Amino acid sequence: MLKGVKLASVLAVASLALAACGSSGETAESAEPTAPTSSVKVGMAYDQDGKGDGSFNDAAFAGLSKAQTELGVEIKEVNSGSSATDATREELLTLLADGGYNPVIAVGFAYSTALAAVAPKYPETTFAIVDSVVDSANVGSLVFAAEQGSYLTGVIAATASKSGVIGFIGGMEIDLIKAFEAGYIEGAKSVNPDIKIESKYMGAAGDNTAWNVPEKAKTATDGMIANGADVVYAAAGGSGLGMFQSVKAAADGGATVWAIGVDSDQYTVPALAEYKDIILTSMLKRVDVAVFDVIKAVVDGAPLVGVQNFDLSKDGVGYATSNSAVSEFAAAADAAAEKIKSGEVVVGTTVQ
Amino acid sequence: MNLRRIGISLIAPGIGLIVSLAATAVILTVIGASVSTVFASMWNYGTSPRAMSLMLNLATIYFLSALAVSIGFKMNLFNIGVNGQYVLGALAGAVVASNLTLPKTASVTVTIIVAMFVGAVWAGISAWLKVARGVSEVISTIMLNFIAIGIISYIIVRTSIGTETSLNIRGTKPIPETGMLRGSAFIDSGTPIYGFFFISIIIGVGYWFLLNRTRFGFDLRATGKSATAARTSGVQSNRMIYVTMLLSGAVAGLVGLPYLLGDTGSYTLQFPTDWGFIGIAIALLGRNNPLGIALGAILWAFLDISSGQLVLEGVPREISTIMQGLIVIVVVISYEVVRRYQVKSEQTNVAKALAKQEASV
Repeated sequence: MLKGVKLASVLAVASLALAACGSSGETAESAEPTAPTSSVKVGMAYDQDGKGDGSFNDAAFAGLSKAQTELGVEIKEVNSGSSATDATREELLTLLADGGYNPVIAVGFAYSTALAAVAPKYPETTFAIVDSVVDSANVGSLVFAAEQGSYLTGVIAATASKSGVIGFIGGMEIDLIKAFEAGYIEGAKSVNPDIKIESKYMGAAGDNTAWNVPEKAKTATDGMIANGADVVYAAAGGSGLGMFQSVKAAADGGATVWAIGVDSDQYTVPALAEYKDIILTSMLKRVDVAVFDVIKAVVDGAPLVGVQNFDLSKDGVGYATSNSAVSEFAAAADAAAEKIKSGEVVVGTTVQ
Repeated sequence: MNLRRIGISLIAPGIGLIVSLAATAVILTVIGASVSTVFASMWNYGTSPRAMSLMLNLATIYFLSALAVSIGFKMNLFNIGVNGQYVLGALAGAVVASNLTLPKTASVTVTIIVAMFVGAVWAGISAWLKVARGVSEVISTIMLNFIAIGIISYIIVRTSIGTETSLNIRGTKPIPETGMLRGSAFIDSGTPIYGFFFISIIIGVGYWFLLNRTRFGFDLRATGKSATAARTSGVQSNRMIYVTMLLSGAVAGLVGLPYLLGDTGSYTLQFPTDWGFIGIAIALLGRNNPLGIALGAILWAFLDISSGQLVLEGVPREISTIMQGLIVIVVVISYEVVRRYQVKSEQTNVAKALAKQEASV
C-alpha cells in the first residue's frame, strides 16, 4: 500500500506541477500604471490562463491597455484558470459586475453560457464577448471574419512558396479554427490551384490542451517542412510558438522557409523577438480594435451592443505588414482584399 | 487508545495545513503581496453564502471523483482513468436524458444508471487488460483517457448527436427540465446546491458500509494489504480486480453528473476533463476514508473558489494551486513521519512492558 501511495503522490503532484507549468507563460509587459482620469472601470475576463499567448488574449490586452492610456479608464483583469467551469466563469463575471466594472468584457467563446446567465441580472452594466453571440440587450457580441483574413495569408503563402507545398497548424479542431483553415486554403488555391496544403490540428475538439502544446506543434511543423512545405501558418494560440521554433531551426539550417502568425502582429511581440526574422506576416484578428471600440463606446455614453461583425471592410481582420519582406507579396494580397470587399469573392468557412 | 488514534490521524493533515499556509505566506511575501490581506480576503469571500454554495457544489464533484479513485487504492489498483470514465459517463447520461420524457425521479435514475454503466464498462477494459494480458492499469487507464476524449469529439463533431448549442460551442441536445436535478437554494438564494450533494452523501455512506461491514470489503482490503496472503486464504484475485475496477468505474461515471444535471444540461466540448486527477490528490489527502475525503474535497473546493477573489485583487490565481500542491506533499510526508513515530512508540511500549515483566520475575 505504501508503495502505492508513493506512486500516487508522485502522479498527483506531477499533474499539479504540470498544470502550474502550463500557466506560467510570460505575460506581456503591462502598461505603465497611470492614474485613471475617467470614471469608467473596465473589467476583463480571460479564459483559462489568459494573457501571455502572444496571440489572441494578448490582442485583447492590447486593446485594453490602449484604452487605459488613451481614455484614462481604470482596468481590472482576471482569468478563469485551467479547471474552469461555467459556474466559476459565471462567478468571475458576477464579481466584476458587482464590483462596479462597466463594461465587463469576456474574452473567448467559453464564456457564452456564463455570460448569458449573468448579463440579464445586471441590466445597467454593458457586457461584451469575443468570438461568440450572446442574445441579451446589454451584450455586445464581437465576431470576426477570420476566414477573410486567412484568405489573404493564403494568397501570400502561395505566392511566397517556391515548393508548391504549404502548411497549416490548427489549435483545437473546432468550427472556429476550421474557418481559418478554410480561408487559407481557398486563398492559396486562388493563386495556385495545384498547391499542396498540409493541415494538422493540435487536439481534437474538447481537448483543452490543444492551445498549449508548442512541442507538438514543433514536431508537426518539422514533419511538414520535411515534406517540402516552405510556408506554414498557425492558428493555434500558445501552441503556435512550436511552429516558430521549427521554422527558425529550418531557416538556421539554410532553408528558405517562412512562418505566418495569427491574431496579434506576432512580428512585433516582444516574447517572440528571437523568431521575428522568419515571421513573414500575421493574420490580424483585430480583437484589440473591437475591445477598444467597446470601451470607447461606454466612455462616450453610447454602448455598443448586439452583434458586431468585424470583417475586412471594417478592418476587423487583415494581414500585418511590419516585416518589410511581405511587401513583395502585398500587391497580390491587396488585390484579393479588394475582391472580398466588393463581394466578388465570398470566402467560405468550411474546408471544401 | 481510540481517542489517541484519532488524534494521531488528525496530526498529519493539521501539519499539512499549517506548513502549506506558512510556505504560501513566504511565497506571497516574495511576490510582494500582503499576506494578511490575501488570507483575510480568501476567508471572507470563501465564507460568503454564494461562495459557500459554489464550494459545496464543486466539493460534491471532487468527493465523487476521490471516492472512485480510493476504491481502487484500497486494493492497490491505480485508477488514473477516472477522467475518461466520467466524461464518457456524462456524455452517455446527457444523450439518454435529453431523449427521455419520464417524470423527474425516473429520468434522473435512468441517467444515473446509464452513466454508472458506461463508466464501469470503460474501467472494465483496463481490468480485462490487466487480468488477461497483464497490462498495468496505470498505463491502460491513462491511455483510455485520451481515447475517451477522441471518441467524444468524434461523436459531438461528426455525428448528429452534437449540435451547435451556441456560437462556436458544440454539445449534446439540452436535457429537458424534467430530467435535471438542479437542487435547492438553501444557503444563497441565487445559487442552488446541487441535488447530487445529497446523493453523494448516500454514496459515501454506502462506500463506508461496503468496505468496512461486508465480506467483500474485507476481501478487498485484505487483497490490498497482501495479495498473496489473500490468495492463500481463498480470495480469487482476478475476480477482485474485475469487481474493484467495475465499482471504481461506476462511481467515476457519476463524477460529471452533478454539473451536467445541476448546471449545464448539455455535454458540450467545454466540459471540464480533469476532475479525475484532482480526485487522486483528494483521495491521498483523505486517506481513502470517506469522511477524510469529504473534508479534503471541501478544502480543495474552497481553495479553487476563493482563487477567483484572488485574481480580482491582483494576486495570481496560481497561489491557490501552489497551496493545493503543498498540502498534498506535506500531508503525505507527515503521514509517513507519524506512522514511523507510531511504530517506534509501539516498540518502546512493548520493550517497556517486557522489561517490567522481567523485573517482576
